[in-house]
Amino acid sequence: MIESKSKNAAPETVAGNGLLHRRIFLTRGAALLGAGSLGLLTPTLAVAQVAPEMPVLAKVPGAALSGYGNRSVFEEGIKRYNIRTYPGTTGSGGSWTPLESLEGIITPSALHFERHHSGIPDINPDVHRLLIHGLVDRPLIFSMDALSRYPMVSRIQFIECSGNSRVGTAPKPVQMTAGGLHGLFSCSEWTGVPLSILLEEAGVDPKAGWLLAEGADSAAMARSVPMAKAMDDALIALYQNGERLRPSNGYPMRLFLPGYEGNMSVKWLRRIKVTSGPTMTRDETAEYTDTRPDGSSLMFTFPMEVKSVITAPSFGRNLQGAGLYEISGMAWSGAGKIARVDVSVDGGQTWGQAALSEPVLSKAVTRFRVAWQWNGGPAVIMSRAVDDSGAVQPNRAQFLAARGLKRNYHYNAIQSWKVAANGEVSNVYA
Amino acid sequence: MFMRKCLCLFSTLTIASMALANDGPGLGVEATDAQVAAWDISIAPDGEGLPAGSGTAAQGEAIYAIRCSACHGKAGSGTPNNRLVGGHGTLNGPAPVKTIGSYWPYATTVFDYIRRAMPYPFSASLTDEEVYAVTAYLLFLNEIIKEDDVMDARTLPQVQMPNRDNFVLAYPRNPDN
Repeated sequence: MIESKSKNAAPETVAGNGLLHRRIFLTRGAALLGAGSLGLLTPTLAVAQVAPEMPVLAKVPGAALSGYGNRSVFEEGIKRYNIRTYPGTTGSGGSWTPLESLEGIITPSALHFERHHSGIPDINPDVHRLLIHGLVDRPLIFSMDALSRYPMVSRIQFIECSGNSRVGTAPKPVQMTAGGLHGLFSCSEWTGVPLSILLEEAGVDPKAGWLLAEGADSAAMARSVPMAKAMDDALIALYQNGERLRPSNGYPMRLFLPGYEGNMSVKWLRRIKVTSGPTMTRDETAEYTDTRPDGSSLMFTFPMEVKSVITAPSFGRNLQGAGLYEISGMAWSGAGKIARVDVSVDGGQTWGQAALSEPVLSKAVTRFRVAWQWNGGPAVIMSRAVDDSGAVQPNRAQFLAARGLKRNYHYNAIQSWKVAANGEVSNVYA
Repeated sequence: MFMRKCLCLFSTLTIASMALANDGPGLGVEATDAQVAAWDISIAPDGEGLPAGSGTAAQGEAIYAIRCSACHGKAGSGTPNNRLVGGHGTLNGPAPVKTIGSYWPYATTVFDYIRRAMPYPFSASLTDEEVYAVTAYLLFLNEIIKEDDVMDARTLPQVQMPNRDNFVLAYPRNPDN
């Protein structure tokens, strides 16, 4: 009786073009499971589902144990891409995280995006030192051994290059994967020593308003950081996802400034100079400044603003026939936690709320999911994130109207994907 | 006597609790002046940190030709890497050309950046005199100083960059938000 009742129950839609209630995958109770056995909710997948004649079972012993694990050989195609370097250089440039190939909220360390200004230095931790000096009572030098004895904190937080997604200002939408468009962005568990402890030990002069952080790479990459941020939640990060930092993420230590543009989280950190004002390095004046329509430029645009991107479906992750799909994506904000993500599958005419997967953490990736009954017709899907400060992710027209086309940084407009009737997904401006 | 002991104990406790308030084991080793001087390469916009020495555009032209032009083109014209000269008046147009002359707000940054990061791939291989000279040459090419102006720790911070007053500070508050 119950089953036949379920058979007649239509899944609850919350917005146009087949967007279903966010709880549809979460509350898989008897009623929904019953409905799930119906044609209505069963995806007519053209994926390889044909069962083999015999069950697959190894008949010979497998590979040996190993000291450091590798992923399956079948996953080796998933790599950072768009690796671009400046002419005549090998290590000055960037590589993008393949966001569309990831699930959950953690970026594997080997796939963390890269942005280097003069390659990756090979630093021996035994000889590396951090100097804190300037407007302090006592200039202090810290070895790695010394830092390892300090109390540490662990936080899952994102880092995003402020030039991420700048391709969105191109006159025509560029056809690339979610990672190719938005992958100067990764999220890890970072563990290290709060910078405030080290600054307090050195004794900060009351006149100090800023500090300069400088790397040990051959560009001696340097950025000025407000003292308020340094004393708030800045970390001298030593570990990434449980192991020591990768060389491409600043081994043996990096500054980590939660929510701020990635360039400021100086890798291979070797020196912190406490100063009264900003040092005005090249990267905070000639670069990483935002030119406005009238030709003036904003300097010190530090926080990365609220943003989201749907990773499934997305360019390269085409749909395979009408039916039920989970729309999944990432949302984040440098201001705090994600409060809500709305999803539209009709080009922004109507919106439904997505479910936020736990954990929902401050300045971290939040994974969102919502069910979609695709009817096989053309559709434009998009996500709009709202953070707990109340900031709402703008659409592209709103972003450009407010900020103009001359900015190279802090592009956070809504990403729209068009799903064609044949299931092919493309990047569109909507 | 008893009183003095008490005071002693009290002050010891105070110091101990202050150390605890810091939450750290206090393992930083005090750096000597010589160590700090050797590490500290940054130049503040008021010129703090600029070393002794000087240079002119005429001296810088020859150094630029050998050490810089392969990446930045003849006389800072760019190609294959960043253009360093020109672009004046383009910032409020549709395609800003950002160079040292058209965009950079502080002349001290030119010295700081060349000394810390250039010339690729042999950063920090120029002498301070050579850095002053190349800095002078790039400022001269951008028509900011004269060919025989001497750049040193006193004169460089006084150079007024054309785009200096065209920046708006977005920290602590972004006026665009």
